[in-house]
Amino acid sequence: MRIKKGIPVIDQGDRLGFWGGKFGGNFVPETLKKPIEDLEIQFNKLKNNKNFIRERDKYFKNWIGTPTRFIKLNNLTKHVGGAQIWSKVVSDANGGAHKIYNATVHCLLAKRSGKKVIIGDTGAGYAGKMLSMAAKKFGLKCKIFMGAKDIKRQQPNVKAMKKNGADVIPVYSGSQTLVDAVSECMRYWVANCDTTAMCVGSTVGPAIFVRICGWSTSQISRELKDQLINEFGEVPRKLKLYNCVGGGSSSFGFWNEFMDYDKKQVEFIGVEAGGPAKSKKHAAPLTYGSKIGILHGAAQYVNQNSDGQIEETESISAGLDYPGISPLHCFLKDAKRARYTAASDEEALKAYQIVTKYENLRPSLEPSHAFSVAIKESKKFSKDTVVIINSCGDAYKDRGILEKKLGKKYVKSN
Amino acid sequence: MLNQISLAFKKAKDEKRPALLTYTVAGDSSKKQSLEILKEISNYADILEVGIPHNTPVADGGQIQTSSYRAIKNGIKMNDIFKIVSDFKKSKNSKPVIFMGYYNMIFQYGENNFLKKCKKSGLDGLIVVDLPWPENKIFSNKCKKNSINFIQLLSPTTSNKRLKSITKDSHDMIYYISMLSTTGGKLKVSPKKILVNYNKIKKISPKKNCVIGFGITEKTISNFKNTDGLVVGSQICKEITRSLNNRQNPVINVSKMVSKLRKKIS
Repeated sequence: MRIKKGIPVIDQGDRLGFWGGKFGGNFVPETLKKPIEDLEIQFNKLKNNKNFIRERDKYFKNWIGTPTRFIKLNNLTKHVGGAQIWSKVVSDANGGAHKIYNATVHCLLAKRSGKKVIIGDTGAGYAGKMLSMAAKKFGLKCKIFMGAKDIKRQQPNVKAMKKNGADVIPVYSGSQTLVDAVSECMRYWVANCDTTAMCVGSTVGPAIFVRICGWSTSQISRELKDQLINEFGEVPRKLKLYNCVGGGSSSFGFWNEFMDYDKKQVEFIGVEAGGPAKSKKHAAPLTYGSKIGILHGAAQYVNQNSDGQIEETESISAGLDYPGISPLHCFLKDAKRARYTAASDEEALKAYQIVTKYENLRPSLEPSHAFSVAIKESKKFSKDTVVIINSCGDAYKDRGILEKKLGKKYVKSN
Repeated sequence: MLNQISLAFKKAKDEKRPALLTYTVAGDSSKKQSLEILKEISNYADILEVGIPHNTPVADGGQIQTSSYRAIKNGIKMNDIFKIVSDFKKSKNSKPVIFMGYYNMIFQYGENNFLKKCKKSGLDGLIVVDLPWPENKIFSNKCKKNSINFIQLLSPTTSNKRLKSITKDSHDMIYYISMLSTTGGKLKVSPKKILVNYNKIKKISPKKNCVIGFGITEKTISNFKNTDGLVVGSQICKEITRSLNNRQNPVINVSKMVSKLRKKIS
């Protein structure tokens, strides 16, 4: 399996939407074939349309607030004592996470196609919060599907969604987390696809949703590349990009512009959610060798039993608590372009404590997984190695969990 | 020689009525009980759809989800489902059986192994909800080679161009999804409008048996008497749930319901 150079990875799927001949595709009911095809035609046209790109960039700049900061974590670097540790603070973006890019693009597309309603799924609540923000901005009605368990553990984001005027629809089926929210959202789309646009909250789902999301979040690496050249005069010779991976939207966006660099120069490290140290359940299909299966319309590595039933996951971080993984990451793994590993709940919490102790930065539980591995590995790297962690979410939404696990002092200043 | 499915349609046509197709989930509420239900309802139904329960179904509404989760919770496995079919096929009232399921279950079993097992169990047809045309071309050909009817789905969103290609690639039976809905939705389109689409399909492909599903219940079924066949699923699943909640025997209740459905179209 090989990645072609000079062609965006999102456009490297075959005629049926498979990356590397086997990841992705369109495993959807007949009813969705037409709306998916319509969206494909629209997106393929617009992604090269100068007016559309200008419009996107206008909203990215004036509304989302790009570029987000690229900062050196001096204290953490000193504490760890190895590589230089930097962070791309994507949580600076309006709303507090990377999900805003994809939500904005989907609303722009929906508006152009004359749809009045947009629906979406959410786990940590960020995808939902951002979609509700963008829908409000662009005058669309909004429905967000969210697992009942996630509604309980991510209240701040639920409140934000409601404040933005979105209907938050609790999903009680299955494990009551992201996987069920995505299923329910797709089911709603099956029944309402003539009037309603769907936004899948990550680089998952039928191929077109993977592509749109990857195209949208790639804003992160476009900015980062400029910032690196500003800071170092070039893309550093030893660069390591750490990102948490749930569905895979922030990591893909964080890496995309550097895809064609040799991995000896720019290494990608994806950190999945290992779940509680004592539990067998996890949300790390790439790290723990899950088999290829079909989930939410796409072929991917996915946690499942021998029969093909999707297995329940467990993670402290709702945003990573998903049994599958983007087909793009399956492709990057098998093409050996990216390396994947996992951090446990406990490791993520510990990393959160370390980062907040040394830096004025408050990564949510999702990027705390990436910090955990980055801190561990940075010790062994030379001083001219540049380690960057995408701090793609803010911990405000996690205050309930943090307070429970670590005590009040870790959430006070939120 | 006609295959079992076509024969069932022919028999119904000879009696001047649509064929009645039922859908129940394998293993709902137990392996034994789902087999008993099949045996009982085959007194009235012409073709039996057996649902392969899956825990991330993207096209099923609440009723079928409830049945599926119940079956999975009670430990149903793919091999048990084959066993249910082969046991049913040995019974005296045996009728054609069609699987309805999601592709991952077939993918994990291995397409070839799966078909081998289907054939061995006596299965007649297969509906794979999330394997649309043209993605299903290779697999549907494999089915044909194994004398298993691969049933293509059509929906109100299917374009005319697609309609022609899909019916051309279909086997003896096609399935028209009456409206934009998951299973178990209320009929939100007028029967007249559904029949216009149905007749369009029949005009393009007069020889294929076309059934209508989604939104077909005791209340709506008699609107569609002049069709090749009708599928009732969610209402039956709901009846199983209702019976269990009221501590009644689902086998008896479901059988009564199917007998009533049959009367309404006879």
